[in-house]
Amino acid sequence: MEMTEAPILQVKDLRTYFSTDEGLVKAVDGVSFNLRKGETLGIVGESGSGKSVTNLSVINMIPSPPGRIAGGEILYHGKDLLKMSKSEIRQIRGNKISMIFQDPMTSLNPFLRISTQMIETIVLHQKLDKKAAKEKAIEMLKLAGIPSPGKRIDNYPHQFSGGMRQRVMIAMALSCNPEILIADEPTSALDVTIQAQILDLMKDLTERLGTAVILITHSLGVVAGTCDTLCVMYAGRIVERGPTDLVFESPLHPYTQGLIKSVPRLDRKGGGRLSSIRGQPPNVIDLPDCCPFYPRCDKAMDICKHKYPTPKVFEHGRVVGCWLYSEEK
Amino acid sequence: MAENNTLLDVKNLKMHFPFGGGFLGGKKGNIYAVDGIDFQLKKGETLGLVGESGCGKSTTARAVAQLHRPTSGEVILNGKDLTKLKDKELIAARKGMQMVFQDPYASLNPRMTSGDIIAEPMRIFNTHGILHMSKQEMDERIEQLMERVGLSRFFKNRFPHEFSGGQRQRIGIARALALRPELILCDEAVSALDVSIQAQILNLFKDLQEEFGLTYLFIAHDLAVIEYISTRVAVMYLGIIAELSGSADLYRNPLHPYTQALLSAAPIPDPKVEKTRKRIILTGDVPSPDKARHCCYFYDRCWKRMDKCLERKPKLVEVEPGHQVACFLYHDESV
Repeated sequence: MEMTEAPILQVKDLRTYFSTDEGLVKAVDGVSFNLRKGETLGIVGESGSGKSVTNLSVINMIPSPPGRIAGGEILYHGKDLLKMSKSEIRQIRGNKISMIFQDPMTSLNPFLRISTQMIETIVLHQKLDKKAAKEKAIEMLKLAGIPSPGKRIDNYPHQFSGGMRQRVMIAMALSCNPEILIADEPTSALDVTIQAQILDLMKDLTERLGTAVILITHSLGVVAGTCDTLCVMYAGRIVERGPTDLVFESPLHPYTQGLIKSVPRLDRKGGGRLSSIRGQPPNVIDLPDCCPFYPRCDKAMDICKHKYPTPKVFEHGRVVGCWLYSEEK
Repeated sequence: MAENNTLLDVKNLKMHFPFGGGFLGGKKGNIYAVDGIDFQLKKGETLGLVGESGCGKSTTARAVAQLHRPTSGEVILNGKDLTKLKDKELIAARKGMQMVFQDPYASLNPRMTSGDIIAEPMRIFNTHGILHMSKQEMDERIEQLMERVGLSRFFKNRFPHEFSGGQRQRIGIARALALRPELILCDEAVSALDVSIQAQILNLFKDLQEEFGLTYLFIAHDLAVIEYISTRVAVMYLGIIAELSGSADLYRNPLHPYTQALLSAAPIPDPKVEKTRKRIILTGDVPSPDKARHCCYFYDRCWKRMDKCLERKPKLVEVEPGHQVACFLYHDESV
């Protein structure tokens, strides 16, 4: 419906490298995607595939050294975030683009009351006085489903349970009406019943406020229920991108196919063997210019060992990086 | 027949941890981690234990292995009550029972080679005079085990940090198999692994079970994993078993309101299914198990609660063949 609108965030050929003693780690190596207003974009992949680094690059939080953004553009409303000064970035980060992290215990300051932490953010970005900021904070906590927020706001983080802390994080992240919310494994540390509550809350709040979401997760189940668009990452690259429904219905990349088949499903009759992807995820240190998946791929061809495939664009905005579909060989 | 087919019989197992009142303070209360559970394990089957954090899954496994001596109750392995055994006898009895742990990083000694890690159980039992294996026999078995779990025998002089997470979990499995046990307690053995590796390890567990006739007590919080691996499933909540039934039956026909909520909350990796599903969203968090309860443990969060749930504690009763549930919606027996 809003597909014709210009994207609010465009990531073009992003490369983030880390120099280590063992060699150059290409954590993110040529990632591109667009994010439209109100869209929920899922990024899935296994540990070390570059999901988190991609998003830390977007908000310019790559520790440097050892990390550096070696190339690419990150356009926020057409302006390149990578070319902005630190103070310009600060105007956007936490205000227009905000984040939720996986572990709500380590991302809240244990020494400060929730009120102090929330008011700080709101005063900094919204030019409100402290009293108005506190009111706003209480209102956000209420939206996030914290019971008696007026009292709870003066508590310390340890006085909340894991699920409640994640609600506080969501309230805090959304308190400045951001355009983009980056949620990095927001429910991975939580139990299933709490996960369902939190996903529900995120969906409800972001729909109401019109926030676009980048959801990073390793769980295909979470993505299936929440995301409009899906990016599958492997060894620092997006191997497949497209509308979630289509990617699940007919995955094109052999890795996506393998991944979907290797998840046990509750609604399927058991008995059969789970199909798995053989081998181990690659070591991304000094990775040669080949398809990183070829040692584990059943459909590997000779060319896969020598060159990374040029991404092929299909209809409905699907993009696949695999020599099976690439024309130029 | 049913009698000698039972490998493990757990009767009214309770594990309470006292916590103190701080400086010079006496005992303040108990954490009722496991609060009276009963289950049996037949030879060759897999019982899945599933539940949320703090429900007592791991404590159950540890109390079965006697890593915590239970507060009360019986753990009968092959006809012997482990809770009554003294140290020496207990070590001998433990030979039939091994554990695989969650974190393949923390559960392997970083200063030992993978070969030594796998050999350690055999060495310990040699020292106690229970096993009499020569160095050569041990080496042979290490190599057999490594090949069997999918590691090359040439890796036996490598250290844990040289392996990936999935490979480390294979070392942990080889170590558990070293004494040819009958029962393996798997405490979240695949939870720390990536999806593609998790599938490999799950399949390995299934193959080993067929080959060696192993019995598993398999703990996981992921319902789909439990469904895949288990013959029967026990759903735990706050230290008790809320429901216990055959795996297929439980997923097709969950009876306890908690099981229903848990199953409906588990995400299914299919957008079409996800869009049409109806979720039961529970309100609130799991209460802390720090006080003795005399009502139904799920009362606070249950949407089908009745007055009598507050007065009495429902008993785990068989309501359909092979399907036990602790809920007054289906019977009227209390503990």
